[in-house]
Amino acid sequence: MSRIRQWKTRRNAELGLLAFAMLLVAAFGATVEANQFDEIRPNFWVPAALIGILFLGLHVVVRFTAPFADPVLLPAVALINGIGVAFLRRLDIARAIANDEPVPGFFAETGGRQLAWTLLSLILAAVLLLLLRDHKVISRYAYTLGLVGIVLMMIPAVLPSSISEVNGAKLWIRLGSVSIQPGEFAKLALVSFFAYYLVRKREVLSLASHRFLGIDFPRGRDLGPVLTVWLFSLLVLVFEKDLGTALLYFGLFVVTLYVATERSSWLIIGLVLFFGGVYVAYLLGAAIGGPFANFYDRAELWLDPFSQENYTRESGNSYQLVQGLLGLGTGGLFGTGPGAGSPGKVPEVRTDFIFAGLGEEIGLFGLAALLVIYLLIVERGLHAALAVRDSFGKLVAGGLAFTLGLQVFVILGGITGLIPLTGQTTPFLSAGGSSLMANWLLIAMLLRISDAARRPANSIAERTSGPKKAPTQLHGAMTEVIKP
Amino acid sequence: MPEFVLTVARFGFLILLWIFVFTVVGVIRRDLFAGGRSKSIVASPRGVGGAVLQGRPAKAKRGKAARQLVVTAGQLAGTRITLGEAPIAIGRAEDSTLVITDDFASARHARLVPREGQWFVEDLGSTNGTYLDRGKVSGPTPVPLGVPIRIGRTSLELRP
Repeated sequence: MSRIRQWKTRRNAELGLLAFAMLLVAAFGATVEANQFDEIRPNFWVPAALIGILFLGLHVVVRFTAPFADPVLLPAVALINGIGVAFLRRLDIARAIANDEPVPGFFAETGGRQLAWTLLSLILAAVLLLLLRDHKVISRYAYTLGLVGIVLMMIPAVLPSSISEVNGAKLWIRLGSVSIQPGEFAKLALVSFFAYYLVRKREVLSLASHRFLGIDFPRGRDLGPVLTVWLFSLLVLVFEKDLGTALLYFGLFVVTLYVATERSSWLIIGLVLFFGGVYVAYLLGAAIGGPFANFYDRAELWLDPFSQENYTRESGNSYQLVQGLLGLGTGGLFGTGPGAGSPGKVPEVRTDFIFAGLGEEIGLFGLAALLVIYLLIVERGLHAALAVRDSFGKLVAGGLAFTLGLQVFVILGGITGLIPLTGQTTPFLSAGGSSLMANWLLIAMLLRISDAARRPANSIAERTSGPKKAPTQLHGAMTEVIKP
Repeated sequence: MPEFVLTVARFGFLILLWIFVFTVVGVIRRDLFAGGRSKSIVASPRGVGGAVLQGRPAKAKRGKAARQLVVTAGQLAGTRITLGEAPIAIGRAEDSTLVITDDFASARHARLVPREGQWFVEDLGSTNGTYLDRGKVSGPTPVPLGVPIRIGRTSLELRP
């Protein structure tokens, strides 16, 4: 049928966008050099080219293993990742100049390490795409993955603080110089498990209910899983001392539940439970301290970061937050230009506060563009969820896309003072291997599912001989149903 | 480096960034409107000309045999069923000939039965009733051509 030609893989659009993204990374590097060295050195394009080659590799893998995958996901993520690497290198350059050291090489220091992490992440993503040809296979290992997810989530909580605690949050496994954030990987495993569980339970969850105040509420016993996850996320909040991670796990489950059952009552219950839990934790922190003290302190800093008391406190003061806000304020609408600001003044600018450092240099105008790109990535994920045909794929894609969006919200809300600050990584931007690897695996999953969603193969055969046609044959050859 | 070059670089980067965003949006947009799915994958029905598809004025005519049942309103609007000798079951039940996913339709809502060249509509004890034009159907009622049968939000017509 000639119509088949309409099913474009759009891989060339992806390649074009990828080249454009790398051009932007090179432009960022050039501007940094112009501001920092007062000249653009002839090899300014090398970092952009290096990272471009890595993405090109993944593009080739996608071309062969997921030809119908969404054309926007890879270049959009590549741009954010590339700008992250370029910005980290810019910080290295600034520090080297300040210390009168030679300019760091392309593979040296934070920028170089991030480049290596990117390589590793892309290899992982490519392996996932190569091994996993059909996303439905994951559902076979759903319970294993659920167990793995909970174990990964809980490991830092039970480890002694000397191994697992960084800046008051127990989210890490530190072995010598290597530190891993297992929670990043737990997200992926938990999404798969939630999706599988809900596909099996969606009927009973969405049908059995009683009506109250015009909203359908589920039966008490069906609330079990929600309450369990709620309790788990509160435990994370208390023992790992991290609101962001707790919010992430709980939000993930509630949204998957909402997608599975199409009932807004779950969102309402979820929000009420979460805000109720957080408020109780805040009150407990004020009254008895103990494991809740950390959260109480963070909330106090959030309520008034500029107060003398909060700013000059011995430990856990609002210095970070204030420096970040001042950085964003210095940047203003258009920023100082890449390489012209002083992000070195913001603490943790390589990890949690990378958006504040970047915001000083590219301004609100640039940050908004980055946020729109994040939004588009999430939108493509949700689009894949809508378009894919099986419920498991729908829930996994929806859950993953939502997690990504929620994580950006939690960290950005934190550094801009919208919500209490918690140390989440900015996906694809912050320095750090765990986060980068986990998020690239997430993108590989979305690519796989979007490939299944857009793939026309066999659809013609399915339509003519598949079960969908069956009703038309029930009443003999004379009766046929013709859809518009 | 002259100030001018730095300013150009600073704003040039931001402009390029937004051009990238709009290019991405453009690709997504083309993706959305590329190729209407399934429009022509199902072959066009035998013996149905374009003129019939356009819908005739709803005028009751006797003596001409009904050959098609057309859904004119509701979720399935545009669906046509070529009529044969077999009765047509309408409802939400999966095994109905015409499965209506309408909150106001019952599982087995109504039935169309041919008798000596004339089609009869019969309500199967539905909750919200079946209407022929404006009258509620209580027993087997002959259905003239072009007169709407209403089931919930769905409207059906016989066409020659």
